[in-house]
Amino acid sequence: MSDALLNSLIIEYLHSTIRIAVLIVLPCLGEVFLERSGVINIGMEGAILTGAFFGVLGSAITGSALVGVVFAVIAGAIVTLMFSVVVVTMRANQIVSGMAVNMVALGLTSFLNRLIFGVRGIPLMVAGIDPFPIPYLSNIPVIGRILFQQDVFVYLAYVLVPMAVFVMYRTTWGLKIRAVGEHPEAADTVGINVYAWRYRMAVLNGIMCGLAGAALSLSQLNTFTENMTAGRGFIAMAAVIFGRWNPASATLAALAFAATDALQLRVQGFGIGISSQFLMMMPYLFTLIAVAFFRGRWSMPAALASSYARESD
Amino acid sequence: MTNAVGFENIIKRFLGVVANDDISLAIPRNEIHSLLGENGSGKTTLMNILYGLYRLDSGRIYVDEQPVQINSPQEAIAHGIGMVHQHFMLVPVYTVAENIILGQRLKREPLLDLSSAEQSISDISRSYGLGVDPRAEVSQLSVGEQQRVEIVKALYRNAKILILDEPTSVLTPSEADELFVVLRRLKEEGRTIIFITHKLKEVMNIADRVTVLRGGRVVDTVSAKDVNEASLVRMMVGREVFFQVDKSIARPRGVALELDNVSVSNDKGKLALKNVSFVVEKGEIIGMAGVDGNGQVELEETILGLRTVDSGDVRICNQSTLKLRPDEIIKRGVASIPSDRERTGIIGAFTISENLLLKGWNDPRFSNHTFLDLKKIREYSENLMQDYDIRAPRSSTVVGHLSGGNKQKAVLARELASKPIVLVACQPTRGLDVGATEYIRQRILLERDRGAAVLLISADLDEILALSDRIMVLFNGEIMGSVDSDHINMEEIALMMTGWRAKDLENHESVNVAFRGNSL
Amino acid sequence: MTITKKYPRNLLRKDAILAAIGAYRDRFFSWLIPVGAFLLSLAILSIVIAVAKVSPLVAYGALMRGAFGNQHAIATTLIHATVLIFAGLGIAVAFRSGVWNVGAEGQILIGGLTSAVVGIYVKGLPIYVHLPLCLASGFVGGSLWGGLAGFLLAKYRVNEIITTLMMNYIAMYFVGWLIRGPIRDPGGSDVQTFMILPSATLPIIYPGTNLHAGIIVALLTAVLIYVLMFRTSIGYQLRAVGINVHASRYSGMRIHLVQVSAMLISGGLAGLGGAAEILGAQYRLRDYFLSNYGFDAIAVAMLGQLHPIGLVLSGILFGGLKTGAATMQRMTNLPSSLIYLLQGTVVIFVVSATILQTMSARSLSRREERRNERRAPE
Repeated sequence: MSDALLNSLIIEYLHSTIRIAVLIVLPCLGEVFLERSGVINIGMEGAILTGAFFGVLGSAITGSALVGVVFAVIAGAIVTLMFSVVVVTMRANQIVSGMAVNMVALGLTSFLNRLIFGVRGIPLMVAGIDPFPIPYLSNIPVIGRILFQQDVFVYLAYVLVPMAVFVMYRTTWGLKIRAVGEHPEAADTVGINVYAWRYRMAVLNGIMCGLAGAALSLSQLNTFTENMTAGRGFIAMAAVIFGRWNPASATLAALAFAATDALQLRVQGFGIGISSQFLMMMPYLFTLIAVAFFRGRWSMPAALASSYARESD
Repeated sequence: MTNAVGFENIIKRFLGVVANDDISLAIPRNEIHSLLGENGSGKTTLMNILYGLYRLDSGRIYVDEQPVQINSPQEAIAHGIGMVHQHFMLVPVYTVAENIILGQRLKREPLLDLSSAEQSISDISRSYGLGVDPRAEVSQLSVGEQQRVEIVKALYRNAKILILDEPTSVLTPSEADELFVVLRRLKEEGRTIIFITHKLKEVMNIADRVTVLRGGRVVDTVSAKDVNEASLVRMMVGREVFFQVDKSIARPRGVALELDNVSVSNDKGKLALKNVSFVVEKGEIIGMAGVDGNGQVELEETILGLRTVDSGDVRICNQSTLKLRPDEIIKRGVASIPSDRERTGIIGAFTISENLLLKGWNDPRFSNHTFLDLKKIREYSENLMQDYDIRAPRSSTVVGHLSGGNKQKAVLARELASKPIVLVACQPTRGLDVGATEYIRQRILLERDRGAAVLLISADLDEILALSDRIMVLFNGEIMGSVDSDHINMEEIALMMTGWRAKDLENHESVNVAFRGNSL
Repeated sequence: MTITKKYPRNLLRKDAILAAIGAYRDRFFSWLIPVGAFLLSLAILSIVIAVAKVSPLVAYGALMRGAFGNQHAIATTLIHATVLIFAGLGIAVAFRSGVWNVGAEGQILIGGLTSAVVGIYVKGLPIYVHLPLCLASGFVGGSLWGGLAGFLLAKYRVNEIITTLMMNYIAMYFVGWLIRGPIRDPGGSDVQTFMILPSATLPIIYPGTNLHAGIIVALLTAVLIYVLMFRTSIGYQLRAVGINVHASRYSGMRIHLVQVSAMLISGGLAGLGGAAEILGAQYRLRDYFLSNYGFDAIAVAMLGQLHPIGLVLSGILFGGLKTGAATMQRMTNLPSSLIYLLQGTVVIFVVSATILQTMSARSLSRREERRNERRAPE
């Protein structure tokens, strides 16, 4: 194989890694904030799916993909808002509730899909968002193709990740959020509204999931199919854990996971010895090993998944 | 002289108890005022109301002579009130500075600018000699240092009135002295300090004036100059009448429980028991008097095998229990009535039968290795219910629905039915009505007459005096003295509970009663 | 209310009356919550269906017919129910012990794997040896898979939600890899294993249908679990630790052992579910052959109030929904995954209702305590 061919293979591989990663990074960022505030949402799958559907719906109705994105974001936010009512106000079990959200989202989106778009042999294509190159930057050799010939969601992620790091560690908001997840009682006594912050983070999570859904259905596939999220919500959760609840490392974890996903897609084509199944297992296996071996030092927010209630309530 | 804080007819109720029963009190500015009282006297409740953590049921609060409504700690802080609790409200993974500015409006919000805060914290720390490093991570600090962080936290928020809830309970004596230096400094500056405590020595050391609370009411407010420890004790404890119980003479027959130079650390790493040694013989009741927080819980846990000792030995019938698991210790004949009934004594969602089974699920009478003999268990439960006067329709009633007295009787039934050799009874009648209290005390005496070795750990002096054959006092993890119950009275016990040693009582002239041969 | 002859004096005691009221209220709620949640969800589903201009009654009729309409339908329903009941029992045991096992999905897979491997490759055994051996392997496989998470929890306090969740996907891809590699049947067009030997198959119990003996085993297991949880000392300890770990510690229970046992039993039961499906219905391992049963089983367990009787009933109910959904889709064009809407809302209602019940119990006891107020003596 010639050098040029090998190079372009690698470049294309990295390009698709980024493209795959954005679907994980966006919900991952939202979940980092939500889990830092003490709530674990395994219903991300459902929120992304809902976002994907409403994104297509919005685009189909108005012909504008941008409207679709707006629809997607609102839909995602509403889903997680309902989740947070059940989990924060009613103090229901977070895992079971998250699972319920996934189920409801699956049922509802499949139903609405049939209802509105009918049963089709060929999926309906809607106005989507095409990738576009960033002028000047996209002409840089190697990096230009990998980083700057992507779609708008990827560019958005480039901005959001550093923003997330900044907000988390350099603003009073981040300080409050982390306090709420570490020691909600202490936060409460200094006047921080634990419930309100958890709600806010849930909505943030929903917005990010909505964006990911829109990226999936409007940018990458231009259509909606039932259950199209295919476990990305759970990979995002693994990235949050493997990234130790830190937006920067979680993003790196997401990239690593996306890299294995991109690899296994290619490997299938080439029939190389390493099984694609094995590759797909890696994210979860590594996360398990990390959590099991580092135990106490893989410290999750102390109040994660425990409901908070004031003693006087 | 304006008052910093005023309380007018404050009433506050909790489940079944009136914690503050019509309290009226004024605390002038610029003094160190101590709230003194036993457990349950209402002092912490009153301060929690002032700090906005509890809502009062009726009454009025005045700050700087203005009537105020305080519904949250935020509002209290806005009125210049700061509080340092017994359980610190600090986020362990944060630095000191991060903890202190949490919830505060910063100059360049939302930017987290710690540098100016760190500067202020260092300034405050220096001017009061608090020695707090704003960059240190809280989880790495000692308990004393964490407390000083809490103080700086209050000062940073411009607290003019500073409430401290039992501050020295977590401090070593030298740390306590340092704290007092700080408090005097603060007073010189014009701040008002309210100091909740049950330790008389501290009151005499630092307070300008003292308010004694008892049973939710104010006994009196006096100037510290005008009283001594004995008179304070009389105010704290004051009852002339106590439950008379017919008690036969004890006939101790051999050592059942022995603690030999035991030292134990609590969860925070501080020594909770220091070289504690005592014995309890079969057929006698040893009353271990002491206010909560002096090592009682750790003592209970050590005897039951739930906490490992740092040094020393624990022996049941002359055999060491250090290497035994809790269930093995129970098998040796140890029974316990735990101090925290709801948490460790019963399982509220279980039925009476199931609770009674907590001590017998692998007893061959009730289970043949795996299967429970439900019929036998039910019969057993019904017999116990009758023997111990547990009032419920049947043994399948859920224990959570019973009254406090019946719950405790269920605990008693369960523990005593196994005819234990050693019984550790911790605060057995706390929170119970008169009838249940009588009943339980009678039962404990019966056990002693049956030949059990009873260790009664209690903060209720009535109870200690009425039941014990021999009385010891636990203070700060040490045994202050061991005296025959005929040879001591309530005031003397109370003094020991605040740090006096038995031998000191003999010599001190301010103790106004004859030491020997005096009954109340 | 029957009062035994020993306590006639308690008839008038306020204590006794209050306790009795409490007992009735508890029992009332434990039926009211699942039934109410289901009816409420059904109402919501009806609205949704009506929006699609389909009559809810027609839809439900199709659903019922698809689930119970003829013997084939009932058979398929019970076949689905088998897996759900097994896994649901496992989840119930874990949840009742305070261990949040969300790894049923993975444990089912591993159980299916181990039972299939023993069923395919262990030759020369008669059915009355081979079949129980396969079932046992299924149990053991799932048990060890769950036990690992239990061990990490008990010894190192590693959060079991994270470990079991991750192990779901590890199981999924591990089995997928094995099917494509070492245990693949190269002859077939699909990715699959060889068939299990006839000596490892669960016999059909209703001739003419696919209904296999797995349902019998499931029902027997439900009885067994009932006995375990409520009539043995192990079950007693599991429940005690799940409700109040502090009191349990105080009475000498060995909490670590209890937690590991809970995961071993729980994983094993889920593994049995996977085994039953392979040995009775599918006869070989295929890709994605059991997806979602594990998560569905959580819904089954919640609706069944973590009680064996409730589990069997809700297992059959959800099994029926799964079966009937295809018929409903055919006859009304409503997508079969609409069923998940019902399942999800049921779980949400059940879970929220439990909180309401606790809140009402607390306010009742608060009122009661106020009546027995104690003041300090003058």
